[in-house]
Amino acid sequence: MKVCEAMVKCLEAEGVTEIFGYPGAAICPFYDALSRSSIRHILVRSEQNAAHAASGYGRVSGKCGVCVATSGPGATNLISGIASAYMDSIPLVVLTGQVDSSLLGRDVFQEVDITGAVEPFIKHSFLVKDPARICRAMKEAFYIASTGRPGPVLIDVPVDVQNCETRFSYPAQIQIRSYRPSSKGHPGQVRRAAEALRYADRPLLCIGGGAFAPGAGEALGRFLSKVRIPLVHTMMGIGAVPPAASMNLGMIGVHGQKGANLALNRADLLLLAGTRVSDRAIPSPELLSRDKKVIHIDIDPAEIGKNIPADIPIVGDLGIILDQLTGEVPSLRFRDWEHEIGFYQNRAPAAYPGQGIDPAAFFRELCGRMWPGGILTADVGQNQIWAARQFRVPFGRFLTSGGMGTMGYAIPAALGAKAAAPDRQTVAVCGDGSFQMSMMELATLRQHDIRVKIIVFANNRLGMVRELQQRQYGRTEAVRLDGSPDFLTIAAAYGFPAFRVERDAEIPAALDALFRSEGTTLLEVRVSPDEPTLPPELVEF
Amino acid sequence: MKRTISVLVEDRAGVLSRVAGLFARRGFNIESLAVGPTAEAGVSCITIVADDRDNVMEQINKQLNKLIDVIKLKEYAPDELISRELLLLKVNANAQNRGEIAELARLAGGKVCDITRSSLTIEYCDTPDRVESFLELCRTYGIKRVVRTGAAAIEKGQHPLSLDE
Ligand SMILES: Cc1ncc(C[n+]2csc(CCOP(=O)(O)OP(=O)(O)O)c2C)c(N)n1
Ligand SMILES: [Mg+2]
Repeated sequence: MKVCEAMVKCLEAEGVTEIFGYPGAAICPFYDALSRSSIRHILVRSEQNAAHAASGYGRVSGKCGVCVATSGPGATNLISGIASAYMDSIPLVVLTGQVDSSLLGRDVFQEVDITGAVEPFIKHSFLVKDPARICRAMKEAFYIASTGRPGPVLIDVPVDVQNCETRFSYPAQIQIRSYRPSSKGHPGQVRRAAEALRYADRPLLCIGGGAFAPGAGEALGRFLSKVRIPLVHTMMGIGAVPPAASMNLGMIGVHGQKGANLALNRADLLLLAGTRVSDRAIPSPELLSRDKKVIHIDIDPAEIGKNIPADIPIVGDLGIILDQLTGEVPSLRFRDWEHEIGFYQNRAPAAYPGQGIDPAAFFRELCGRMWPGGILTADVGQNQIWAARQFRVPFGRFLTSGGMGTMGYAIPAALGAKAAAPDRQTVAVCGDGSFQMSMMELATLRQHDIRVKIIVFANNRLGMVRELQQRQYGRTEAVRLDGSPDFLTIAAAYGFPAFRVERDAEIPAALDALFRSEGTTLLEVRVSPDEPTLPPELVEF
Repeated sequence: MKRTISVLVEDRAGVLSRVAGLFARRGFNIESLAVGPTAEAGVSCITIVADDRDNVMEQINKQLNKLIDVIKLKEYAPDELISRELLLLKVNANAQNRGEIAELARLAGGKVCDITRSSLTIEYCDTPDRVESFLELCRTYGIKRVVRTGAAAIEKGQHPLSLDE
């Protein structure tokens, strides 16, 4: 069997049913083999979106997302997608074609050292020159990408190697002597953590994206039913909190809820669960940790002690550790703290002082209409923060580029998410700037009949940058999006229905129409160019 | 304080660049680095000497450990190690002072390995500290060229770093 056929067989053996990609000369043997497989190939319109789509797919399916591109420009176009997945710990397997192995290093047509280029922001990569190594490399790639702290892994295969003969043998299990992710938490540390919880007055659980690891959500539910602890989450942790959790104060951080940040400051014990304490979530960790005990649970030992000093570090799988912890603690309640927390919670939304559409009200209406388990992908900018602050959908997922803030993520991520879970309602929220970074993917949605609702927040500005410039420099430059197309006409050009909403009073009807409409539909939401990201009372925060 | 890390790695293309790139992008300073094969086929040892400023050693260790090609590593304090550096030195020498320099090299434990009418080439292998002081001694004669390797280091005692747990 040829290497390219073995690659496809490996994908099949791994249970891959969808891949996202874009062909070119150096990956043609693989595509030829793929044409004889039942794996569905989704042709995107730019390689970056293949990586983002695979990311959306991976996050929703809990498996590795797979994407493929040709050498040179195809490979370099993937880079932002790979870096975004790396920052958010999303499991991806990325396949790239490479120029003929005998020509490597001579700068031939479409040669680029892609394994070298992505090294700083990829979990691992392979350049497979030996046909006999392809199956092992594929297995290792899936194994490395999906275990421990997940992340992207790239396999670069020269075009002549793809055509070489090899023997197909896909190991069911492998061991890599230099890679042994830990799973169980150190029992001594777990005991110390349980002890600390028992003697805490104001403990707070802070949940990050790690809570989406297999089994972690259920373990979290079990833990919370024994320990009634107030909790907050990061942007990556949105949707990870079981809907039954009664004391969820919402998102912390620069763009978070005031109550969540207040609780964070007041807590005397911080239980960090699957979060790396990024600067956006906790801007001054040293200051914060000064007056509290910190228990830090993370699968990646390098994240513990990196951004925040930890009194009790616990390395391992979040679900397993939470179960260990649940086994060690008695039932706990913190009544005084609960009482105090009550004041931070459930504050009625402030009256909207602005003009045009109130983004917060819009998202409350939107979430109210989404089905349980619905998926909302958010781009980057003001639209993302408005969405993040209001997202509340039972068992729903909120997908955004948290670590990188990569504009243009929402549409391809929604595309991938919907391909992974066709039965789940999927909504992409974009800014008018971000939309124009990925609107070519409307064709992909059309071609492959992938049905997502697209919401474009139109302020004719790069709104978040406009706000930043105004605040810091007192003037703005290069943030007007004059020349943007009419988004309704754009949607129509791809054969999709589209509506526009300009006033609060029209929101319910517009959303009803959006969800009633068959298939992919676009809703343009006109917001004021002066609309702030955060409600005015939080701006000084 | 200087710390030395012995890193056992899979002997594969790109490993060194991964290790070096990690130090560069995370702003960790490398004092010296030496690579070579080990007794085990397919395994290389990278010896890195780094400055433990701002308590970065823990992060260095953890980040190195994250590299998939890194099999095992251990960090040592200076007194736990036997550490050697090789110095190749070309120094000005003429008929008058040639004997004096050669005697100096011999006393210090070095070896003259090439002689010309105007120079001596000396090989000198010792601890990084002593290499440094020997070099200082030679400066008075006028140094033409210096080539030094990074330190190679091995732990003292009978419990060597090995692939087995
Ligand atoms: C690829 C990329 N380029 C630039 C930025 C910097 N940036 C952050 S927010 C933003 C504005 C986004 O504008 P838009 O999509 O219209 O969203 P809005 O803030 O107006 O809601 C920009 C340019 C980025 N995050 N990503
Ligand atoms: Mg905008």
